[in-house]
Amino acid sequence: MERRMKEVIRYLGYGNHAVEAKTLEMIESSLLELEEKTSVRSFYRIFDIEWEADEKIAIGIMHIQSRILSKNLKGCEKAVLFGATLGAGADRLMQYYSLTDMGKTVILQACAAAMLEEYCDECQAAIADTVAKDGCFLRPRFSPGYGDFDICHQKTLINMLELPKRIGLTLTSACMMVPTKSVTAVIGLSKDEISCHRHGCEVCTKINCQYRRN
Amino acid sequence: MLKERLGRELLFFDGGMGTLLQEKGLLPGELPESWNIKRRETVTEIHKKYYEAGSDIVLTNTFGANALKFHDESYSVEEIITAAAENARKARRLGVTDGREAYVALDMGPTGKLLEPMGDLSFSEAYEAFKEMAVCGEKAGVDLVHIETMSDTYEVKAAVLAVKENTNLPVTVTMIFDEKGKLLTGGDVAAVVALLEGLRVDAIGLNCGMGPKQMMPVMEELLSLTSLPVIMKPNAGLPVQREQETCYDVEPDLFAGWMKKMAERGACVIGGCCGTTPAHIEAMVKACKNIKIKHPVYKEHTLVSSYGGAVTLGEIPVIIGERINPTGKKRFKQALQEHDIDYILREGIAQQEKGAHILDVNVGLPDIDEAKMLEEVVTKLQSVVNLPLQIDTVDVKAMEAAMRIYNGKPMINSVNGKQESMDAVFPLVQKYGGVVVALTLDESGIPQTADGRLKIAGRIIEEAKKYGIDKKDIVIDVLAMTISSDSAGAKTTLEALKLVRETYKVCTVLGVSNISFGLPDRPAINANFYTMAMQQGLSAGIINPSSEAMMRSYYSYLALMNYDNNCERYIAYCGNAQSKSVVTAPVKMDLTHAIEKGLKEEAHSISKEMVQTMPPLEIINGYLVPALDTVGKGFEEGTVFLPQLLMSAEAAKEAFAVLKEALEKTGLREERKEKIVLATVKGDIHDIGKNIVKVLLENYSFDVIDLGKDAEPEVIVAAVKEHHVRLAGLSALMTTTVTSMEETIHLLRKEAPECKVMVGGAVLNQDYADMIGADFYGKDAMQSVYYAQRILKKM
Repeated sequence: MERRMKEVIRYLGYGNHAVEAKTLEMIESSLLELEEKTSVRSFYRIFDIEWEADEKIAIGIMHIQSRILSKNLKGCEKAVLFGATLGAGADRLMQYYSLTDMGKTVILQACAAAMLEEYCDECQAAIADTVAKDGCFLRPRFSPGYGDFDICHQKTLINMLELPKRIGLTLTSACMMVPTKSVTAVIGLSKDEISCHRHGCEVCTKINCQYRRN
Repeated sequence: MLKERLGRELLFFDGGMGTLLQEKGLLPGELPESWNIKRRETVTEIHKKYYEAGSDIVLTNTFGANALKFHDESYSVEEIITAAAENARKARRLGVTDGREAYVALDMGPTGKLLEPMGDLSFSEAYEAFKEMAVCGEKAGVDLVHIETMSDTYEVKAAVLAVKENTNLPVTVTMIFDEKGKLLTGGDVAAVVALLEGLRVDAIGLNCGMGPKQMMPVMEELLSLTSLPVIMKPNAGLPVQREQETCYDVEPDLFAGWMKKMAERGACVIGGCCGTTPAHIEAMVKACKNIKIKHPVYKEHTLVSSYGGAVTLGEIPVIIGERINPTGKKRFKQALQEHDIDYILREGIAQQEKGAHILDVNVGLPDIDEAKMLEEVVTKLQSVVNLPLQIDTVDVKAMEAAMRIYNGKPMINSVNGKQESMDAVFPLVQKYGGVVVALTLDESGIPQTADGRLKIAGRIIEEAKKYGIDKKDIVIDVLAMTISSDSAGAKTTLEALKLVRETYKVCTVLGVSNISFGLPDRPAINANFYTMAMQQGLSAGIINPSSEAMMRSYYSYLALMNYDNNCERYIAYCGNAQSKSVVTAPVKMDLTHAIEKGLKEEAHSISKEMVQTMPPLEIINGYLVPALDTVGKGFEEGTVFLPQLLMSAEAAKEAFAVLKEALEKTGLREERKEKIVLATVKGDIHDIGKNIVKVLLENYSFDVIDLGKDAEPEVIVAAVKEHHVRLAGLSALMTTTVTSMEETIHLLRKEAPECKVMVGGAVLNQDYADMIGADFYGKDAMQSVYYAQRILKKM
């Protein structure tokens, strides 16, 4: 809970500033409300990676040209394709409050983001435990839309995992996920453990970001 | 004939298809439907095995063969469906060797997209995609349509209507629930039953999502609620990851054992979904073929529903909120005329928070297009409140438009004993489903006696039967007449209420507040009459849930009649009412302070007090504006953060509302406000940024025309031109939608060159904004306010 709270405050842009009591209260009540009104779901499958050429790989029927993803997956023979969502409840809640209380709405949106990240971390830890039995290790998750990993791969990824049917995660024609509080990702699977950051924020090159951790 | 057999004998469906195709080499993400042509033999062979195993109904391999999901360069939807039906029919010829009557069902799965308002797929686009499938299927000779794996009540409604309006085929539906009995979109079993029974499908049930064991409790709930034959098609257990495979590990014999239990409990059609094979079906048929079927039991419940849940009308009275109605409400009329939908939505939210169970929706005004307005208000209300709605109109065209796009089984207000009224309304209820309010008046007016009203109620119930509408879907309104003009009015109404209830055993409804028209202290009369009516058997009162007197009557009645366990609801109500009165008590606090701290209730009560002694304009200029300036400046300097900024904005909004009302009373009109168009661009569904800007601009006295999210460039341009707008604000979240931002700007430049454009959103920066030709990039919400002030105030 403590960590979650910190993340929410970071998403709200407070940096190291103190947060006033009323906002803290609202964060707490928003987290409770979200817990009650959302139902998290996730799904994953493991696929072989084919290294087709320099910076070009194929995961199942998904052919990807991406320097950053190739670097991220270097040394991996397999990859986990992963999808997770907080469900339609979170969107409904934000829609509801946007008519009567925008302050609450932005707090809810930050809370939902923090909950989703935390849930993804939990899912990833569970997957890591499973693959550890076969002596495999996971790389950090990497999502379509990061760097030069084209967001349009989202479409193939979602079809490969049948996510609309399994967890209710769909795409709009502009490749946006609905429910909006959702994540898709590629997670490399390798036989050797390389040290890497579990959390994405610190590895980002944008140093002067308002939302940066620490 | 299938329809005659459903519910009278146990029928067997087939099992999984996808998992079997993957075993034959179909890759994840590849279109399984294309195999109907590319790998004809493989598909036919699987169908044949199911017929051989004893399936009475086999699904064509067309789960995703709709134009929204199936994108293949080589084959059209029609070619795929035609081939799929041929394959299944051929398999039937080869596989059914015992002469039994067996069927080919067109398999219709979801589009894979989410419908508006949450997603970007319109109801009519979904309808068209399903229509194409159904028409092709009927032409190709299928015997029925089976709509399956649906997790959205709205999408399933589009599918059912598409089949029923364009074919003569029977239609059966199975939905995908989780272990808590919820759909992925939040709906529950009762909501699904209400909707699908209303749409008159031939059988309903569950498939996919769970194994048989997890499905049992949800099936029990379904059996307790529906009068239709129940279909059960579970997976072979829950999916488990093994190596690279998704596996299901309930073996055929175990599966058959579970299916036997289901049939014994009352399932009428059984089969399997993911992971089940011909071996599962064979074992199931063997285990179940001698089971004596349990016929479906007719249920008496009167159910109305929204996407999220259902409300039962009956012994325990429910509240229908009456506030969404322009009659006698100046402010509401103004909202309708100015197309201020948010005002109407807030009325809905307020009533939900006050404890209403159903909301009446009446948006009729002589000078507006009621059908269009009703459709829009119903759609938007359903995106923010999850209560069932009561569609209230005398315009049959508007009634049908709203019933068609309504997500759930609505209440309809109303039909009456006039032949003309019944001829118009009953066909709509027959087609779309609904619970209809029936007024006891006819060609000769409203009968003076209780007996006269009873007779009309009887005639309406009889007439409805001709349309197959059961009396459980009719709620009788014996009409509350004003006692100031007819002193026996209330007495007659109460008598009629009891008489109707006892004679026909139907639910009843009353517009309660009518009774006191023209009298002083109306709440006293209303509340007492309300209690008396409930005592006489009123199932639903149409009341104002914000009226404390009415709510006291309601909760007291529940407590007194033992409808309120341990008086919990009564106590909770009193607790809430008390805490409110503390807040509204005079607080010694400055308005400036209340706004700076973002205290909404205080801002409201303090301004109410202040207007007693001070001119509204003086309060605005002396307290409100300075407070907003302080907060805005703090935000810029990094000492105030977004949540606080917005809380202050909301508090200021409360104060403004009070002051505006006072201003109008003094006869002074507010200064004419400058209009600004705001929109989240086409393709983008994230509107939180735009909504933040909106609240702040409104605080600074701008009149915002909010075009919502996913707004077409043409719509934005049209609004700018129509209202002679000099500033438009556009928002986009992702690189993929910045292109439509650019498109919008181009169109604006061409069609409305005098309009300035400001842009904002997560991916934007100054360079990007320059590149797409915007006049201004707002890095945060306050910047847009300052820019608007600069641009509009100096012109």
